[in-house]
Amino acid sequence: MIKSIQELEEIRKKALEELEFRKQQGEGIRIVVGMATCGIAAGARPVMLKFVEEIQKRNLKNVTVVQTGCIGLCKYEPIVEVYEPNKEKVTYVKMTPEKVSKVVAEHIVNGKPVYEYTIGYEENKEANK
Amino acid sequence: MPLYRAHVLVCGGTGCTSGGSDKIYDAFLKEIENFNLKDEVQVIRTGCFGLCAEGPIVIVYPEGAFYSKVADSDVKEIVEEHLLKGRIVKRLLYKESLEEGQIKSLNEVKFYKKQMRIALRNCGVINPENIEEYIAYDGYKALAKVLTEMTPEQVIDWVKRSGLRGRGGGGFPTGLKWEFAAKAPGDVKYVVCNADEGDPGAYMDRSILEGDPHSVIEAMAIAGYAIGSKQGYVYVRAEYPLAVKRLEIAINQAREYGLLGKNILGTGFEFDIEIRLGAGAFVCGEETALMTSIEGHRGEPRPRPPFPAVKGLWGKPTLLNNVETYANIPVIILKGPEWFASIGTEKSKGTKVFALVGKVNNTGLIEVPMGTTVREIVEDIGGGIPGGKKFKAVQTGGPSGGCIPASLMDTPIDFDSLTALGTMMGSGGMIVMDEDTCMVDIAKFFLEFTVDESCGKCPPCRIGTRRMLEILQKITSGNGTEEDLEKLEELAYSIKDSALCGLGQTAPNPVLSTLRYFRDEYEAHVKEKRCPAGACKALLRIVIDKDLCKGCGICAKNCPANAITGQIKKPFEIDQEKCIKCGVCIEKCPFKAISKKA
Repeated sequence: MIKSIQELEEIRKKALEELEFRKQQGEGIRIVVGMATCGIAAGARPVMLKFVEEIQKRNLKNVTVVQTGCIGLCKYEPIVEVYEPNKEKVTYVKMTPEKVSKVVAEHIVNGKPVYEYTIGYEENKEANK
Repeated sequence: MPLYRAHVLVCGGTGCTSGGSDKIYDAFLKEIENFNLKDEVQVIRTGCFGLCAEGPIVIVYPEGAFYSKVADSDVKEIVEEHLLKGRIVKRLLYKESLEEGQIKSLNEVKFYKKQMRIALRNCGVINPENIEEYIAYDGYKALAKVLTEMTPEQVIDWVKRSGLRGRGGGGFPTGLKWEFAAKAPGDVKYVVCNADEGDPGAYMDRSILEGDPHSVIEAMAIAGYAIGSKQGYVYVRAEYPLAVKRLEIAINQAREYGLLGKNILGTGFEFDIEIRLGAGAFVCGEETALMTSIEGHRGEPRPRPPFPAVKGLWGKPTLLNNVETYANIPVIILKGPEWFASIGTEKSKGTKVFALVGKVNNTGLIEVPMGTTVREIVEDIGGGIPGGKKFKAVQTGGPSGGCIPASLMDTPIDFDSLTALGTMMGSGGMIVMDEDTCMVDIAKFFLEFTVDESCGKCPPCRIGTRRMLEILQKITSGNGTEEDLEKLEELAYSIKDSALCGLGQTAPNPVLSTLRYFRDEYEAHVKEKRCPAGACKALLRIVIDKDLCKGCGICAKNCPANAITGQIKKPFEIDQEKCIKCGVCIEKCPFKAISKKA
C-alpha cells in the first residue's frame, strides 16, 4: 500500500534501477566479457557473474555487463574489455573473480585502470622472461 | 529486486501471441533453466512492439538485439549462442536492424524512425503485468501530481490547452468534454472508458490495454478527480481475452498499491474501476449504446441530446473517452499542455496510433505525429507495397470512413483534412490497398459488415443498408445498371440524413467515398461488365494464351472443375461456363500462358 508520494517515488527509483539497462547501450561504461568456448572453458562465467554481483552490491548506475564472442587471444582468456565513453578501451586478461573486485573498485568506481591485470602488462612480463 | 545481466523481452501482443509467442516464452524459461542461467537472465512478456508483420518478436537487452519471426525451435539457439556465449544470432535479427555488422538502435530502424510514441510509450517496453515497471517509467506520477498540486479546474484547463481531441473517431475536444461533465450538476458521476473496438482491421485500443493497462487506469483516476467521480468502468469486448486479463491484473495491482480505492496516496481522494464485458456488437462502441449495455440492457443507441456528460450511465453525468485518448492524459500532465500542443498540426494536436494493415510490407501498430502524410506512412514506415505492385488507396475510419486515393497521398493526416477528403480518422484503422483491389468490392465488404452489425432499431440502417448491399452485389456480379448507381447514391444520402446513431449515419461512407474517387470503376462494372482490378470473380475470365501454351496439359490435370480440355501438344482451352475462376491453372502453368482478363 502506497500512502504518500514519497513512497511512490521510492518504488519508482528502485524499479528503475532494474530497468536501467533496457535502454540501448551508448552512454555509460560497458564491460565486455569474452564468452566464446575458449573464454568459457577458461572460466569466464564466474568472472562475469562476479561483475554483475559487484555492480549490484555497489549500486552502480550506467554500467552494463555484456558478452562477446572470441576476442582472438585465447591464451589470455578470460578476457574482459572495459569501454568508457571518450576513453581508450582497457583490456584485462587472465581474469578471475578475485581480480574482478579490484577492477570494479579501482577502475569502474575510481576511474583508475588496474595496469597489472591488463594485456600490456602481461605481454611485457612474458617478453622479459 | 535481483539484478539480471540480460533481459529477454518477448512480445505478448495478440499478433505475436497468435504467432506462437507464448510457446516461445515457455521455451525461453525452459532453456534458461537448462543452461542454468536462471539467476542471470530475466524473461519478460511485454505488450505489442508494433512491427506485427515481423512477429513473433524477441528483444534481448543490453545489446538491444531485435529478433524477428522467431519460432520456438529457434529459442535454444538464442539461449545457447547469445545468452550463454554472447554471440548474437544474426540469422534471426530483423534485417534492417543490422548495419555493417553493428546492431542499430531500435529507433534508427526505418519502421520506428518517423514514429513518435506517446500513447504507445510503454508498449513493448515494460512488462504490463508488473505495476512496478510502470511506476519506474513515471507511472502514477501524474496522478500524484494532480492530487497534490492541482485543482480539478486546473486539470481540465490543462487538458483543454493541450488541444487533445477524442481518439475514438469523432475528434471532439477532450478538455471540453471533461468540463461539461465537471459542470453537470449531481453528486454521483461516472468515468467510462470505451474499449469496444470493432472496426475491421483496427487493434490500437486492444494493444494499449494489453501493453500498458496502467496508463488507462491512471488517466481514468485523473479524470475522476477532475470531474468529481468515484467510480469508473472500462467497457471492453469479451473477444479481447488478453486485454481483459491484463486489465484485471493491473486493476488488482493498483488496488493493492493503494492507487485505486479509498484515500489514494493519503490525499483522501477515492476512485475505483470495474470492468464490464461486452459481447462484441459493433453498435456498442457508440456511446449511448455502450452505456445502455453497461446498465444491463440490450445495447441500442438512443437519440442525443441529452449527451452523456449531462445524462449518462443510470441517468448520471458521465465522462466517456476511448482508450487511446486516456493513454495520452498522464503524459500531458507530466510534460505540460504546451509540450503536447507543440506536436501535430494547428487543429489536431499530438500523435495518432494507426493499425497499418493490408497490402503493405510492414504491417503493424504505429504512432505518428498528426500531420504525417499518407506517403510517409505507407512508403517510409510501411516499407511500401509488396510484390512491386502499385499503391491505389488507403481506407481509414473503418465502416464509418472512406478512402484516400493515390493522387492525394501527400495529404497530411489530421482530423480535419481527412473529413475534407470525405473520410475520417476513426479509431485509426488504416487499410492499404494495391492495384489488385477492386474498390466496389471494398465498399461491399464494409457494407456487409454494417448490415451484419446493425442493431436494427431504426429502419434507415436496418433496411436501407441492406438495400444498398443488394445493389452492390448486383453490380459486382455483372448485372448492375446505370440506374443502380443513381439509386445507390440516393439511398446513401438518405440513410446519412435519417439514421438514429452515428454508426447508421456513417454506414454509407465507404460507398460514397469510393464513388467519389473511383467512379470510373463503378462505371466499368456497370457499363462494360468489367472489373478493372480483376477482383470481382463474376466479371473475370481466365484465358489461355494460344501462342504461349505448349499443350502440356498440366492445367487440365489440376483444374478442379474439369473446365479445361485439349489435346497434348496443342493449345488447351477453358470452358468459361464451367470455370469457377479459382486460379489454380494460373499457378500451375509452367509457361505462364494462363492469365486473368478483366
